[in-house]
Amino acid sequence: MEMPKPDPGVLARKAKLVERLLKVLPKDAVIHDEAETRVYECDALTAYKCAPMLAVLPSSTQEVSEVLRICHAAGVPVVPRGAGTSLAGGALPTADSVILGVARMNEVLETDYENRIIRVQSGRTNLSVTGAVEEEEFFYAPDPSSQLACAIAGNIAMNSGGAHCLKYGVTTNNLLGVTMVLMDGTVVEIGGAYLDAGGLDLLGVICGSEGQLGVVTEATLRILRKPEGARPVLMGFDDNEVAGQCVSDIIKSGILPVAIEFMDRLCIQACENFAGAGYPDCEALLIVEVEGSEAEIDSQLAKIIEIARRHNPVELRESQSEEESARIWLGRKSAFGAMGQINDYMCLDGTIPVSALPMVLRRIGELSDEYGLPVGNVFHAGDGNMHPLILFDANKPGDLEKCEAFGAEILKLCVDAGGCLTGEHGVGIEKRDLMLHQYGRADLEAQMAVKDVFDPAWLLNPAKVFPLEVSEARRAARMAAE
Amino acid sequence: MRPETEAELAETVAGLNGPVRIVGGSTRGVFGEGQELCTTGLRGIELYEPGALTLVAKAGTPVAEIEAALAAEGQRLAFEPMDHRGLLGTRGEPTIGGVVAANVSGPRRVQAGACRDFLLGVRYVDGTGQIVKNGGRVMKNVTGYDLVKLMAGSWGTLGLLSEVSLKVLPQSEAETTLAVRVPDVERAVQVSSVGLGSPFEVTGAAYDPAAGQALLRIEGFADWVDYRTGRLGALLAEHGDVERVGESGAVWRAIRDVEMFHGTTGDVWRISVTPKEAPGIAARAEAEKLLFDWGGGLIWALVPEGADLRARLGAFDGHATLVRASEETRASLGMFQPEPPALAALSNGLRQRFDPRGLFNPGLMG
Repeated sequence: MEMPKPDPGVLARKAKLVERLLKVLPKDAVIHDEAETRVYECDALTAYKCAPMLAVLPSSTQEVSEVLRICHAAGVPVVPRGAGTSLAGGALPTADSVILGVARMNEVLETDYENRIIRVQSGRTNLSVTGAVEEEEFFYAPDPSSQLACAIAGNIAMNSGGAHCLKYGVTTNNLLGVTMVLMDGTVVEIGGAYLDAGGLDLLGVICGSEGQLGVVTEATLRILRKPEGARPVLMGFDDNEVAGQCVSDIIKSGILPVAIEFMDRLCIQACENFAGAGYPDCEALLIVEVEGSEAEIDSQLAKIIEIARRHNPVELRESQSEEESARIWLGRKSAFGAMGQINDYMCLDGTIPVSALPMVLRRIGELSDEYGLPVGNVFHAGDGNMHPLILFDANKPGDLEKCEAFGAEILKLCVDAGGCLTGEHGVGIEKRDLMLHQYGRADLEAQMAVKDVFDPAWLLNPAKVFPLEVSEARRAARMAAE
Repeated sequence: MRPETEAELAETVAGLNGPVRIVGGSTRGVFGEGQELCTTGLRGIELYEPGALTLVAKAGTPVAEIEAALAAEGQRLAFEPMDHRGLLGTRGEPTIGGVVAANVSGPRRVQAGACRDFLLGVRYVDGTGQIVKNGGRVMKNVTGYDLVKLMAGSWGTLGLLSEVSLKVLPQSEAETTLAVRVPDVERAVQVSSVGLGSPFEVTGAAYDPAAGQALLRIEGFADWVDYRTGRLGALLAEHGDVERVGESGAVWRAIRDVEMFHGTTGDVWRISVTPKEAPGIAARAEAEKLLFDWGGGLIWALVPEGADLRARLGAFDGHATLVRASEETRASLGMFQPEPPALAALSNGLRQRFDPRGLFNPGLMG
């Protein structure tokens, strides 16, 4: 993966920059020793690494503003970082960049059950947002698999989803307001504890902008009352296509499950070995979860099971206890980890129309044979968000490149089927060079125009999202201006 | 001007040499200078997959046509878009492009989300005549920046929509409304908060001061609507007398379309506010009539012609939109709440980039 060459002019100014930053930050918040900056050399996309020039860990909006003002004046690129769990390389530094980590900003600022909101600093982890309100039986809905570790800042940057967003939506649908610092240090407040911020929907375009428009330091999030109960049912099928058809029939029936998850044989086995969830031995597994009171759950599951029976399932099993439900979900949420125990893997994130599921799965199987690399499929079937996991051997020369080429083919297939390159992980560097397969140049121009407005010097996370050749003129203009 | 294809639309825009006022069915009261550019020539549902909960339509397609197609499959636009005709005294056929451009949502917005939350993709023509697409037809999509949200509620000022792609949802089998007798708006907001903070998925929470009733709607399969209304009713009993309204479709249509203001004279404002602040804000509005929706988070206020409601309200968390007024009042007060300078700079910057010649509804949003 190509990254821009570090700017020697910027590197030469490192000492001066450190000096300036130390005037606004405590000593332990400016990390410039080479051994220590290596901590920030990558995120969860570990195939690519590059230590930043330095890293800063501000503790307040004011400090973030000072840092950005200084970096802006010095013409230094800044890469914002939440918890570093991006699977797309969203927090990958360049050697001439400053990592701005928000991890020290993790306070709850306000909980307001009457208005059903919570206001947090953006470094707070996703799960601990729910942790702060569950005493009152409330929760924060978006639930990425990395929710134990990932920060709200990163969730906003990538517009993260999760298994339960079929019903509750993704981050953008649960975000009401932000405090954000622009690259020049200006602090802006957008939205708040009310619905639909006024004016243009700036909140909408900030969410999912991959840290390229500003650094979000505080967020107002919608919290919801927990349902009375939830219960998953496991359905095994001996054919992927039949499982896909069953998903479509469930959705068409008028029932809206809170989650419909899909796993193929390779993933079923890996997860079963890992979590002991009691998954059946079959080609395709669906986990369908519904919510409500006991009686409501019974009636919804009865309808769902009736639909499933028409597709001749090899297994149909309702969870009998909370413990069993937890195990079923543990298996699913550890899918990436479980596959990681088998081999190195690359995780893709393309989304397709649900109707294209059988065709796309068949074609992925064919491509797997062509490339000679096994693929496990685990995904959010209700909304067509696939996660093919390509297994490869990082120690075998050429295997990574082969895997990347195979991955690119799968993503193009998703786009050609009417879908998109990424459903919830973001573009980062990983899918950057495929953007022209989904969008034309004019489409990307329109997106880059937004960055021109928020960050005219193109200093925030500049080498992400857009193919390097497409953003080159803008990045070069910045270098020339120095 | 009424182009019939996207290509014609792009050509028309490229050839413009002065501002235009963009209209679909002309039902939502867009005002301003310039010739009318009408989108109703771009009509038709392009794709509808009930099993994928997705519908793609050209921007000029009548909302009624879309709702009929969805109803035939037992589905609907869950954000419950308001029909402005009664309130504004307009005629014509509301279009889906108009709904999206104005981010029009109804009572269910409080639970299901706004129009922008259901918008999956757009195609539009920018101010230079360039056709641009963003998003797509799948429910989860974080590929590049989300211009889809930006276009929703931009009232045409960033681009002229040619096609929209929407997530749709199943209709509910049954619906019941609980009417709780309350003495004032404080109590109404309290009752709404109890309902919206309950696990029973209240899909509407409104208060009509004239009727003295807080209304809470529950939808879903018949058996669970029964169960939930029972449980919620018990929960609310301590706040006031609770009555069950069986067929409440008309009640919610009336709230959605602000029927109690139809045929009145005076200006109509729409205030988005933190629900808890609603009583204080409502008092400051000194309105002739009020209607509360979204659990207090949305206030409709009828005030005498020309009254500067924003001056009456002063600074607050939220914003006030002037929905109905004379051209003079709208010109002097502005339809939208002025933004703080830093945000106004960003919004102006975006408008300049998307519509560099200032052709689309100039001055409407700032």
